[in-house]
Parts: sequence; C-alpha cells; structure tokens
Amino acid sequence: MAGNIIEVTDSSFEQEVLQSDLPVLVDFWAPWCGPCRAIAPVVEELSADYVAKLKVAKCNVDDNPKIPGKYGIRAIPTLIIFKNGSVSEQITGAVAKSQITAAIDKAVG
Amino acid sequence: MVENKIRDIVIIGGGPAGLTAGLYAARARLDAVLLEQMGFGGQLLTYERVENYPGFPEGIGAFGLAELISAQALRFGLQVRNAEVRELDLTGKIKKIILSNDVIETKTVVIAAGASPNKLGVGGETELTGKGVSYCAVCDAPFYRNQDVAVVGGGDTAIEEALYLTKFASRVYVVHRRERLRATSIIQEKAFQNEKISFILCKTVTDIGGGAEGVRELRLCDVKSMEQTQLPVTGVFIFVGIKPNSHFIPLEVSRNNSGFIYTDQEMATSVPGVFAAGDVRAKELRQIVTAVGDGATAAFNAGRYIENTF
Repeated sequence: MAGNIIEVTDSSFEQEVLQSDLPVLVDFWAPWCGPCRAIAPVVEELSADYVAKLKVAKCNVDDNPKIPGKYGIRAIPTLIIFKNGSVSEQITGAVAKSQITAAIDKAVG
Repeated sequence: MVENKIRDIVIIGGGPAGLTAGLYAARARLDAVLLEQMGFGGQLLTYERVENYPGFPEGIGAFGLAELISAQALRFGLQVRNAEVRELDLTGKIKKIILSNDVIETKTVVIAAGASPNKLGVGGETELTGKGVSYCAVCDAPFYRNQDVAVVGGGDTAIEEALYLTKFASRVYVVHRRERLRATSIIQEKAFQNEKISFILCKTVTDIGGGAEGVRELRLCDVKSMEQTQLPVTGVFIFVGIKPNSHFIPLEVSRNNSGFIYTDQEMATSVPGVFAAGDVRAKELRQIVTAVGDGATAAFNAGRYIENTF
C-alpha cells in the first residue's frame, strides 16, 4: 500500500525533508479532514509514479504543530514540494491528480 | 490503450449519486465501472455530520456514511477505478471515455461528477486561499482556535459550518447579502441561539484584506446605504453556492447557464444513453437523499436503454 510513503514529524522533518537529496512532496493532513482522505489515494499513486525521482511524505498536523506553523499552513490538505530545503511548489485543497503532477514536473524538472 | 471490451455502464464520480448508481447497476448484473479521481464520498467528505438522511435518527458522521455507501456498492461487485476523465466522445452509439492513459468504451454513461464550491470573486480571495480563506470548515476550523472568523453565505451549508466553527473560534460573524437567511428553519434556530454567532446582514464582501501573515480583515458594503465598513477577522469561510463539475462534458449534453446538466425525470440527458445524477444535474434540492434517488433512477434507466437499444 503506502510502501513508498514516509511519515515525517516535527523532529524528523529537518533530516527527512530539508536535507533530502531528492525533492520531497509533503502531504499535510489530519484525521478529521475529509478532503485529506479524498486525496490520500492520489498521493499514494504519485509515490509509485515518481519512484526514485521524488520522495513522498505525510505530516499529521494534529500531532506535529511546529512544522505546519513554520510554513504558515492554515488549511489542509496542503501539499508542498520541497527542493534543496526550500518550498518549490504549494497546492492547497484537494485537487485533481493532473494539477499535482504539473507541479511535481515543474519541481522535479 | 483501449480496453478490449465494451462496458454496459460507466459511472463518472464516486459521491452518493455515483455510488448508488453503481449499487443498482451491480445488482442488475450490468458490467459497470465507476471512475473516481479521489477517495469515495465527494462533497460529503467536507461535512462533519449528516442529520437529515433517513435511517439515522441520531445523525451519522459524514465519513462514516460515505464508507457505508461505498461498502454497500462494492459488496455487490461494482468495479471501481481511480482515474481522471479527460474527455467524453458521445457521438457514436458506443461512447468513449477518455482517461489520461486509457480509453473505455461503453454503451451508457452516468455523469455523477458533482459540484465544487463557488468562489466569491473578490480581491484577495485567490492570493489568500490557504492563508485564511477557506471553503471547508471541517478541514480548517482547528487552525482558528480563539480567533475571530467570518462565514460568507446564508444557506444550509453556510449556517451549519458557522455552527461547527463555534467549537473553535471565539466569534463567528455570518455575512449575508440578504435580509434573511435561506437555511432550513431548524438550522437557523440553532444559529440564533448560539451566543458565539453574530449576524451581519444586507452586506456584501467587496475585498479580503491581508498580507504574508494571512487574512486581516473583510471589507464590506451595505447593500442599501452603500456604506463601507471593515471587519477584522483572521479567517473567512466562503459558502456561496456550488458550481457543477461539468467542464469536461461535451456541449451536446445540454445544460443551463450555470452549467448544470438538464435531464428528464428518468435522469436522461439530451444525448441518448447518457444520464446524469446528483449535484451536477439541474434541480432544486441538492441533498444526499436526492442524489441517491437520482443515482438509482439513472442506473435503472441505463439498464432499460441497453435492453431497448442493443
């Protein structure tokens, strides 16, 4: 199932995301958010589609308030693509897969 | 790549209407496939609880209901695919559903693609989406603990979401352009009794003000006196109706000025073999209970169309 997706926390974020060699797509979500559930299968597919090109991570904003606070996240789902430690692309809300792949392709290049 | 068989029925959309069409199609032993680009449930997933769906006297959680409806459809063998529909070719007797990397051929189509929230269309809205502008209270309310927020709109959704926001926000302003709310009476009563909700009526939002830190204020205009005022809030939740997800449907499927698809009472559209169900359809009452009725009717009539035509 979610074989390629890693779970990141406030404490592992620096190492797993900011210091990653590959670009990282982080899905900020929470259990109470329906649209987050709605895009979960899309995020899973993306982790398979972009294997070896993109790291895919999920961050539960309920358990990890610091990182979402740092990036000013006030809506979920929010997808952020980090490249070389900084924000490359950001998508708010549940959107179609094609819109996410367009953002990834821009970032992965 | 084209699938090597012709399906009986392709259902586009996995909300209550599409899943119910799938349930009826599967039980009728039609070769049915349902296409959904996200998880099942559609707009249901943006709500917290459902109080008006028969059979659940205490109400039911919206996720829970979405799961029950999909489980029931899957139990009878409905096939589902996670796919985004690019285009429809409805010109022949056999219809073609064009996906990003695949084409499905089918005898009938049920369009149950649902609807999405309308934008207000004012300055600051796009730039501040995700930074204080939201279209889903259940998703984003917890980010506004002990803050002042506004809800724009006066229908069922707006007032229910305002009530939900009172669990987190310190004050919820309901901004509505008319003198009276449109919401169902029982929902209005609850809102009037809630001390955290204040009503700002007969005012429209002209602009959403803010900066890098997010939303700071709404600029309002009184519809009668034209007086301009400001309302300091850190969040604004917009519920001003919905627009149909019908952009990918070819023009021969006739629809009204807002894009909602016309059907007859059997859910047949202007194109033979093409049916529509749920919120994407032109109708008055858009509810889960009407969506599931549409879905059942559409699947039944798709089956009848196949019998008569093939």
